[in-house]
Amino acid sequence: MSAVIESHDHDDHHHGPAEGLTRWLYTTNHKDIGTLYLWFSFAMFLIGGAMAMVIRAELFQPGMQIVEPEFYNQMLTLHGLIMVFGAVMPAFVGLANWLIPMMVGAPDMALPRMNNLSFWILPVAFFILLSSLFMEGGAPNFGWTFYAPLSTTYAPPSVTFFIFSVHIMGASSIMGSINVIVTIMNMRAPGMTLMKMPLFVWSWLITAYLLIAVMPVLAGAVTMMLMDIHFGTSFFNAAGGGDPVLFQHIFWFFGHPEVYIMILPAFGITSHIIETFSRKQLFGHTSMVWAMTSIAILSFVVWAHHMFTVGLPLAAELFFMWATMLIAVPTGVKVFNWVTTMFKGSITYETPMLFAIAFVVLFTIGGFSGLMLAITPADFQYHDTYFVVAHFHYVLVPGAIFSIMAAVYYWIPKWTGNMYDERLGRLHFWLSFIGVNVTFFPQHWIGLAGMPRRVPDYALQFADWNMVSSVGAFLFGASQILFLFIVIKTVMGGKKASPEVWEGARGLEWTVDSPAPYHTFSTPPKVS
Amino acid sequence: MNKGRKKTIILLSFAVLVMWNFSWALIPLYDAFCEVTGLNGKVTQSSSAESSMTAEGREIGLQFISHNNAGMPWVFKPSQRALKIKTGALHEATFYAKNTTNKTMIGRAVNSIAPSNAKNYVKKIECFCFEEGIELKPGEEIYLPIKMVVDNELPKEIKNIVLSYTIFDSNIKHNLIMDHDSNHEMEPSL
Repeated sequence: MSAVIESHDHDDHHHGPAEGLTRWLYTTNHKDIGTLYLWFSFAMFLIGGAMAMVIRAELFQPGMQIVEPEFYNQMLTLHGLIMVFGAVMPAFVGLANWLIPMMVGAPDMALPRMNNLSFWILPVAFFILLSSLFMEGGAPNFGWTFYAPLSTTYAPPSVTFFIFSVHIMGASSIMGSINVIVTIMNMRAPGMTLMKMPLFVWSWLITAYLLIAVMPVLAGAVTMMLMDIHFGTSFFNAAGGGDPVLFQHIFWFFGHPEVYIMILPAFGITSHIIETFSRKQLFGHTSMVWAMTSIAILSFVVWAHHMFTVGLPLAAELFFMWATMLIAVPTGVKVFNWVTTMFKGSITYETPMLFAIAFVVLFTIGGFSGLMLAITPADFQYHDTYFVVAHFHYVLVPGAIFSIMAAVYYWIPKWTGNMYDERLGRLHFWLSFIGVNVTFFPQHWIGLAGMPRRVPDYALQFADWNMVSSVGAFLFGASQILFLFIVIKTVMGGKKASPEVWEGARGLEWTVDSPAPYHTFSTPPKVS
Repeated sequence: MNKGRKKTIILLSFAVLVMWNFSWALIPLYDAFCEVTGLNGKVTQSSSAESSMTAEGREIGLQFISHNNAGMPWVFKPSQRALKIKTGALHEATFYAKNTTNKTMIGRAVNSIAPSNAKNYVKKIECFCFEEGIELKPGEEIYLPIKMVVDNELPKEIKNIVLSYTIFDSNIKHNLIMDHDSNHEMEPSL
């Protein structure tokens, strides 16, 4: 049967996509599904961003101005959940769908129908999650980390919908990662050995393994919550012999690898872009692979650094402190490799390169504040303050999000066949760059000065920097509308892109036409 | 579908299954880990307390503290809050509990010890905290016993031990319904 279908594909080389809306509903084409993922994540990015605007508007001045504290908590929770599970992760899956088959010289993903399913259950999950805003008792209000008993005993009734939506997101991620691994392990073009694989493919291979390892644990955690809430078990309830600290252990066993899931693909993207615009071969390809692998392995033994203040014994605090600091070594290797690649390169500063350089600098700042947080005794001061907020926004916004934007600018000529508007792209970069730093840098200071996170109101001494931070956030938020405009403009038209697009670009995806034909590499290319 | 792909898919699905089971295995693993290392400070029933009752050793401070979990209306307190005891000697103490409500309730006490590395040296022969539940009728009061020995081997740097007990309402269902109803205007709990 499958042989028949394959020969059909070969004969009918030039047929394009189906017509109409059902094209998107029924599609099994990796490029279509990649596009769907990217647009979905963009929509989620704007919704989650709007929630961030509500948060920053409330924090613009001390005192309660705009929203009720209960609603503020719901905004805070949904902002976190939507940005993590709705914006960053699906954006990377979208990039994986578009790029991995082209980069390894495969005709499509290994399991195209499952690919369709893993995308289409995502909008369902987020519809369920967002609909909880209109339920009695409101949306989840316990923070994206949903610690028990806040998320069990004290949760609003809509928590059950939250649990169901997390289950669906988990299923989607697991199917997506199985697809990625099977594609990479079994469908590479002849001659493409593992060590010859492009770094974006490597980074996704490692990410997919992380997802397979931790998504089931997240599913387990929310299932235990479900049983505690509805079936009278006491996994996290001390009254019945359970332990709320156990929840934190299970959650962070998922949660720490999860934060690397959101940064490893960014490492891959950055490597490609810096290599291209430095017009040099990437320095230390093999060491990049090993660095990512060791970061992934270490991510499983550092989870308790999120919970230094729950009353861990000294030995555990020391272990988790040193293990966490050890991660700085492979991460440092990567940063030095990027800098060395740029060293003496003939660099040009197109928009993707600007985002990539900003990624390296600002992600490193986020890494350093992470090192500060890893110091156990210091963490007792920083814990649950705005310093933590500043830290993880530095690694996620100018880290993960900037890399996604860089990737969009870098590959959009390949996707649409049109060049984006370089002047507008640079404008978008500078507005975002200034916005992000004005938003998050002052949060380091107000955090060190003692402002707690997750509060709708604060003491007067934090007023000035909060106002600055809010102004930065509005700037950053507004500049993403410009990004939307640039993307739409590029899709509609623009200067035609050559197949190679960029002068120094390397990799199989640049050997096919721009825009990439609906079917690429139906016969595998030869890789020397 | 070719063989290599099928094999990879089966292996990965198996890995998902293993990790799913692992998340549930974390519960007994966590309990066992805490049991062995004493990390969460829960002192368990000891059968080998006699071996610790040798000669009387040095004097240490022993403190009892009690908490009521949110929404638990009972009176719950130690009969004596702080005392001096000798290591190696049997010591008996009591906690007083009274059900102040007009319905029969089941309470459950959860214990904790500080510093946590004293855990392996405190041998409890009897403790109400080993009970699955303490049932009290409306207005009923009770003295709850603890029998314990502190081992002579207790590390030198430990001069004081604090034993903490938190009393919970075992009727979780009741708790949840109550909290949901009062969700909008949650008062600081008792």
